[in-house]
Amino acid sequence: MSRQANRGTESKKMSSELFTLTYGALVTQLCKDYENDEDVNKQLDKMGYNIGVRLIEDFLARSNVGKCHDFRETADVIAKVAFKMYLGITPSITNWSPAGDEFSLILENNPLVDFVELPDNHSSLIYSNLLCGVLRGALEMVQMAVEAKFVQDILKGDGVTEIRMRFIRRIEDNLPVGEE
Amino acid sequence: MTVHNLYLFDRNGVCLHYSEWHRKKQAGISKEEEFKLMYGMLFSIRSFVSKMSPLDMKDGFLAFQTSRYKLHYYETPTGIKVVMNTDLGVGPIRDVLHHIYSALYVELVVKNPLCPLGQTVQSELFRSRLDSYIRSLPFFSARAG
Repeated sequence: MSRQANRGTESKKMSSELFTLTYGALVTQLCKDYENDEDVNKQLDKMGYNIGVRLIEDFLARSNVGKCHDFRETADVIAKVAFKMYLGITPSITNWSPAGDEFSLILENNPLVDFVELPDNHSSLIYSNLLCGVLRGALEMVQMAVEAKFVQDILKGDGVTEIRMRFIRRIEDNLPVGEE
Repeated sequence: MTVHNLYLFDRNGVCLHYSEWHRKKQAGISKEEEFKLMYGMLFSIRSFVSKMSPLDMKDGFLAFQTSRYKLHYYETPTGIKVVMNTDLGVGPIRDVLHHIYSALYVELVVKNPLCPLGQTVQSELFRSRLDSYIRSLPFFSARAG
């Protein structure tokens, strides 16, 4: 299968401007379709979730990372491998809760928001909410129920963008229900 | 040396794909029951193996063999399971099973938004690429071994 042999970090490059503009067009269209910011945020989360459940398989296929043993390992893999692979950035991990079930990802820059400024009438829009959905969907497929939300956003005037990740519970494998 | 058949399961026990190349004896039950039996057995073996392991587990359950065939197993953290029955001459093929997952299942099914997940794969492209790949393996011979 030589078609796949060269797949890797030097795979097809796409312009990051195209990606940013595509994402912007998506959010703009959603704003027109839904009219209120809360609904747009929900849709972005849902779309992100659908991306995440598939993206995790691509991630596992390409990165050869095995099962993580705890939430700390998961945080490291998310920040150092996944974000690097898909967005080309490496967020830092900070603010661990004492129980080790919550942490923050600090993004110095966010490729989704290059060239973006939030207009005044969309102050409760979480522009990059797709990312939260992606994280939630991807982790659910590896048996972790998590909550991801933005607590700081450079688009809203904060100094950095911060995503807070909270571990809810482990999702156990279930044997499929038999008919007998 | 040959490959007898291949099963692909998802994390909920749904059989995503089944192909056979050289199978002289059937199980005597319907395909649906066969998939359930295979999945249930794998689920039990996995947990048995990790429970009874005298050392820390690394990869977990890899394969079992009988006097006539060998069953190879590969599982991803997302619960996708690739199961291949070959004859006894075949050594560890973890890389082959990983290739089936990454270059075939992920590339052709997961990345295709028109292919729904969680049900049997309908994609003809997937079926034929998988078939060509298996036939191209060094331990596959067209003549049943």
